[in-house]
Amino acid sequence: MTARWRAAALVLPLLIYTVVTFLVPLTTMLVRSFYDPVVAEVLPGVLAALDDWNGSGDPPEPAWEAAATDLRAAAEAGTVGRVASRVGRVDPDLRTVLPGTAFALAEGGLRPARGQTWHDVMVSVDSAWASPDTWRGIKEGGRRFTSRHYLNAVDLTRGPDGSVAARPEDRRIYLPLFWRTLQVSLAVTLLCLVLGYPVAHLIAHASPRKRGILLALVLVPFWTSLLARTTSWIVLLQNQGVINDLLVATGLVADDGRLALVYNMAGTLIAMAHVLLPFMVLSLYSVMNSISPQYMRAAASLGARPWHAFRKVYWPQSLPGVGAGCLMVFILAIGYYITPALVGGSSGQLISNMVAYHMQQSLNWGLAAALGVLMLGGVMLLYVLYDRLTGGRVGIR
Amino acid sequence: MPGSRMTGPIASALLVVASFAAVVALLARCAGLNDRGPWVATITYGGAYGRAVEEAVLVPFAGQTGLRVEVDGFGGGLAQIRAQVDAGRVFWDVVDVETAEAVRGCEEGLFEWVAIADMLPAPDGTSAADDFKVEQQTQCAIPGVSFSTAVAYNEDLFPGEKPGTIHDFFDLEKFPGRRGMRRAPEANLEFAIMGDGVSRAEVYNVLGTEEGLQRAFDKLSSIKDHIVWWEAGAQPPQMLADREVAMSTAYNGRIFNAQVLENQPFSIVWDGQIVDQAQMAIVAGTPRLDAARRLLRFFTSTEAQAGIAGRIAYGPARLSSDALVSTHLATGVEMAPHLPTYPANLEKALQTDARWWSARRDDLHERFSTWLIR
Amino acid sequence: MSAVGRGTRVQAGFCTLVFVFLIAPILVIVPLSFNAEPYFTFTEGMLRLDPEAWSLRWYREVAGSEDWKRGLANSALVGICATAIATVLGTLAAIGLSNPAMPARRFVTGLLISPMVTPVIITAAGMYFFYTAAGLSRTHLGLILAHAVLGMPFVIITVTAALTGYDRNLTRAASGLGAGPVHGFLRVQLPLIAPGVMSGALFAFATSFDEVVVVLFMGGPAQKTVPREMWSGIREQISPAILAVATFLILLAGLLLLTVAWLRRRSVQASRGWRGGESRG
Repeated sequence: MTARWRAAALVLPLLIYTVVTFLVPLTTMLVRSFYDPVVAEVLPGVLAALDDWNGSGDPPEPAWEAAATDLRAAAEAGTVGRVASRVGRVDPDLRTVLPGTAFALAEGGLRPARGQTWHDVMVSVDSAWASPDTWRGIKEGGRRFTSRHYLNAVDLTRGPDGSVAARPEDRRIYLPLFWRTLQVSLAVTLLCLVLGYPVAHLIAHASPRKRGILLALVLVPFWTSLLARTTSWIVLLQNQGVINDLLVATGLVADDGRLALVYNMAGTLIAMAHVLLPFMVLSLYSVMNSISPQYMRAAASLGARPWHAFRKVYWPQSLPGVGAGCLMVFILAIGYYITPALVGGSSGQLISNMVAYHMQQSLNWGLAAALGVLMLGGVMLLYVLYDRLTGGRVGIR
Repeated sequence: MPGSRMTGPIASALLVVASFAAVVALLARCAGLNDRGPWVATITYGGAYGRAVEEAVLVPFAGQTGLRVEVDGFGGGLAQIRAQVDAGRVFWDVVDVETAEAVRGCEEGLFEWVAIADMLPAPDGTSAADDFKVEQQTQCAIPGVSFSTAVAYNEDLFPGEKPGTIHDFFDLEKFPGRRGMRRAPEANLEFAIMGDGVSRAEVYNVLGTEEGLQRAFDKLSSIKDHIVWWEAGAQPPQMLADREVAMSTAYNGRIFNAQVLENQPFSIVWDGQIVDQAQMAIVAGTPRLDAARRLLRFFTSTEAQAGIAGRIAYGPARLSSDALVSTHLATGVEMAPHLPTYPANLEKALQTDARWWSARRDDLHERFSTWLIR
Repeated sequence: MSAVGRGTRVQAGFCTLVFVFLIAPILVIVPLSFNAEPYFTFTEGMLRLDPEAWSLRWYREVAGSEDWKRGLANSALVGICATAIATVLGTLAAIGLSNPAMPARRFVTGLLISPMVTPVIITAAGMYFFYTAAGLSRTHLGLILAHAVLGMPFVIITVTAALTGYDRNLTRAASGLGAGPVHGFLRVQLPLIAPGVMSGALFAFATSFDEVVVVLFMGGPAQKTVPREMWSGIREQISPAILAVATFLILLAGLLLLTVAWLRRRSVQASRGWRGGESRG
């Protein structure tokens, strides 16, 4: 057995497990970001008739009859709402036009009178049918494969002529949220590193008994529910909270000058750093634990100043821990949204909130999936960069 | 253990995890599910409303019909319901959702069609259609209890003049102090435009125009720096109790509990209260459709609605229930003046327009988010 | 005083502050769990130590509730099983991945840490479709399988980091001395990377123990876990019962930690001579 096969054999069980329990289920969701057959299935006739239509002027005559037939069938099958909500994302007016027309056709049993065409019937039900915009909306919304959700997710829109343009400044939402999420995650990662490194160092080189106590202090947050911790941070940090009360009581802060520590970015950073710090400390600890203090002693005996010795000898050896800790904290920070939502005030709105909104409320799973794909892609890109920069092997041999 | 020598404390911690689990598993008895007999499943939000529904609806229903009611917890949203419908494996039969969710879910085909006309008549024989206080907002749901989002304040912070109108919420000079608002456009836009002087009847007409919408956002901007945004309904009473905010928009039922059960000095400004209904719907494709319809009928019956209103300050959906609501079961407090549907309160109320919202909701959410982070 | 001493003291001072930061919420959670009111507030009565303001109300509520007890049992069961799967498979995979000969190493690693990156609500919805088709939704097994895959990336990351410092020559030396691959792994490699394995296992357990979204999708009434119970009712009122549960868990963990420390001390005393050779004191 070659080394290559042995390595692959070790990875294979987990790979199979992950594919079956995670990747396949996930893929069924992520394909929704570019594939949605609902409109095409409900309105097959209209879309076929609009196939050759170039988008300007009246659609061809067969399209009118097909629209009436398809919409009536959709009203009877109860599927017109699904079509309307999808096409409505292309052209908001269609959200009401389609169901209105469909029910009028189904309930009224409308047919063209003598000398009338389906064209006349449709326009008499709703004048919106006289506008090519309506038909363009249906044609665009009826595509099985679409880039619409990805364009939306990066604040772009496609004009009626198919050209892609940025949304107006005051309607851009996802790019600013991506940017803010990235900033918050980086800040939290840095904060955790600065707070966690000295602590992990202290623990790794403490006497065994002391080490047990100190590690227990780091592990305490793990036993404590996220919700309980988040709530207690509010109790501590709020304007009339414990910390402000203490500051006022000791005279450090005037009663009318209480610090704003929560419901803003400060609250988000404090609460998130608290949740994620144990991940950083334990990652660092598990690597520092195997760094022998003899290296530092050797450096010191060779006359190196402590700072110099630390930088040249200890820090490089601890880098795998730094890498693992930062990677983990950063990725987790990107996904956390309930804690920021509760303590972050207006700054607590992050990209994951919008994913949850589109999953739970708007039912625009296509857009939610597109945002998820972008998050996944972005992090993978950062991971590859990080891996390449460190040559796939952080630290020294 | 060869590893323990090298790894010390982490090994202990892991050992703790293992023994911890063992202890916990021993302490708790794993209750098995009783799978016998016909059943019907519903959901509850937990908390006081969940308890009220359980006592006033689910327990009596099970007693009368002999059906087992399986109650699952629920945190709101439609994703789980859609997953069940799309997967073709429906576990929840009757669900209790927000109006906007009922409308959106209906479009998406998540719910069976239901009609008020099929609900039980009032005890005196009045037909259901004449007995319900509000019309159906969608053919997929029957309106349940009315609750309101209203401005509440802590009386201790306003020893002199008390806030009395929705205008006072936006008046930082006369009534200084921070304001709590839900971090969502719903209700806030209505409050803002009413606070800007638009009459209740005109709210949705004005908001329907670009200028009107801009006016509402401008009004919110005028107090933006003083707003503390809340996310969960549990937060406003907590913030009022802590004096973190002087006034907050809040769900009236929760403020009632604070006033009556916990003697908190809270008051509700009924002026400009925004009334909405819980919506009772049946999940599409349930294999227990008959049982689900029975539960839905029971849920919206005169007695059940009155029973909920006797336990929590939400207004019953039916006129005939009003006579049955007298005092709060736990404290003996007269319920009527605390209900959003009490005539004196209702005449200052705005009824949410679900259709207006359903056409614009996503757009307004994006716009609100953009406004928020600017 | 030397620079080393000063540096150590600065570090000790800084670390004290960080430890205070870490346990600060506990200092709030424990006393507030005895609050007589359903708010997360230190009332004036509590500050005056008025016995009326303190109560065991929330402990009684938890002790009297079948839901909470079942939640604890479910959380423990799911957490332990998921951690076991994640740790065993994750450790093996990390060893394979840290071998330079591993084909498509970077790609496979990216694939394996993706469960950590994807928004859980998307994952959970996708899992619902798939697990339902397999008859696994609303079962403990389904929840365990889902939580295991969410916890596995932590094991990969920490074990990979621990392996970076591992000298492969040791494995070769072991096999040169006649140790089989399994024996060599257990005797040589595993003890050296054990801190990484255990940190990863702890992370995996913590992930499962605090996870609520997948539980909301995949669990039925019989699979309610502690976080599921905690988040219910948040629309209306966050019950201080969650503080009572948190305090109970902290207390339990503390007791167990003490027990383990005591047992270890005994075993250290019993084998003092044998352990004298430990290089790191």
